[in-house]
Amino acid sequence: MTLMTSKDAKCIPHRRLVATRNFINLLPVSTSYLLPAASFQTSSCCHEIQKMTRLRVVDNSTLGKAAMLEGRPPRCIHIYNKKGIGTTGDKILVAIKGQKKRAIIVGCHQNQKPLVPKFDSNNIVLIDDNGTPLGNRIFVPIPTFLRKTLVEMSRPKGADFTKILAIATRFV
Amino acid sequence: MDVADVGVRCIQAASRLKSALTIGMCLQNEVRQMRTTFAQNSSRYLKKDFKEDLVVPEDFRHVYPEFLPDPNPEWRNNLRERLERQDMLARRSVINIPEFYVGTVMAVSVADPNASGKVNRFLGICIQRGGTGLRAWFILRNVIDNQGVEILYEMYSPLIQGIEVIRLEKRLDGELLYLRDALPEYSTFPLDMEEEILPDGAPVPVNPVKVKLKPRPWHERWERKNFQGVQDLGLPERFYKRAKELEKPYEKYDLMKEYRATIPEEEQAEIFAEIAPHYPRLEAGRRQRKRRTLTKT
Repeated sequence: MTLMTSKDAKCIPHRRLVATRNFINLLPVSTSYLLPAASFQTSSCCHEIQKMTRLRVVDNSTLGKAAMLEGRPPRCIHIYNKKGIGTTGDKILVAIKGQKKRAIIVGCHQNQKPLVPKFDSNNIVLIDDNGTPLGNRIFVPIPTFLRKTLVEMSRPKGADFTKILAIATRFV
Repeated sequence: MDVADVGVRCIQAASRLKSALTIGMCLQNEVRQMRTTFAQNSSRYLKKDFKEDLVVPEDFRHVYPEFLPDPNPEWRNNLRERLERQDMLARRSVINIPEFYVGTVMAVSVADPNASGKVNRFLGICIQRGGTGLRAWFILRNVIDNQGVEILYEMYSPLIQGIEVIRLEKRLDGELLYLRDALPEYSTFPLDMEEEILPDGAPVPVNPVKVKLKPRPWHERWERKNFQGVQDLGLPERFYKRAKELEKPYEKYDLMKEYRATIPEEEQAEIFAEIAPHYPRLEAGRRQRKRRTLTKT
């Protein structure tokens, strides 16, 4: 179960509820004082991308630029995997300027495994249904392993997600 | 392909062989020199009763902190630690893992099948280091194209092709995680930065820079931590009041806490005795970096 707190593109951390034992059942029934609220613990910050996460568009598409400029960054509304948590290379659905658009996550703020870069913001690139990016340049560095994951993603779907690599300027 | 071509190729091959042989002879001389100095230095360590007059170098636990195991008794295992140290020394004989501290600017080259040229080089400032044994790691941070990037490297990973120290220095704090909430100029280092050489035997310089943080929200409550490397945070009084309520000034007097967090000197001496035969080679690697960079310029 996750604790839904507001998450913005500047990555205010969200935390998860940790299962703890609830001692309220063990208290005697005859107590007249107010029972204390159920105690719960939260984990440390996860910085995960899930539904309602606000993201940063890093390509130069008109839609992306307009949304970021007016201070209403796109929000994730669906993640196309079974887990519900998005990481670098995942396809997601975002709500941007009143429309629904698909996007690929090209950078996560979450702590990553060794040798995988971690970014200061959750970056996305807007794409259409065929995997063609809406913009024609990405100005931030993107991880090198996307070269492999996007090719593997493209194979079963028939859509070509590797066009994002063509518009990238720098790999990290 | 006629006779003249073959002749030209033979001459070219012969000249290449000659240059290879001269380089090989120079290397042989260098190895012979290193062997004699090693023998001279390590003859002391190879004596049977050397442990009695063995002195642990003062900077040993600062330059090679990952050789000391984690003090947590749940995770101590003598055999595993000895095997790890053997593996660490074996790795260090293949690649030079230099001396560095939190605040050092370093460049790491990694074998990456997805990178052009199969080698991926990243330069950044070390903001945190930790782990013991073969799991020792450090995090490098840099701001590239106005985007902050951090990468965690495991020091003994065989994927690492090279670690270079660009600017060897320390900071006022043992961890620089506040750079994530600082202005980007404090984490920006050009990717083509040149190595900065220190004179031989000079102490590691301490950079007294005080970093300016961006306005809140931050990743952590920096006002509750006592970091010397940040400028005045400029928060309302209630933050400092609450920080003062939560601080534990008695912690620095807690001897048992300190004992639990450190490896006793006697154990450190035993560990050093184990790696003592290799210590001259490790130190030679440390000095060789400075010598090589001097000859380059």
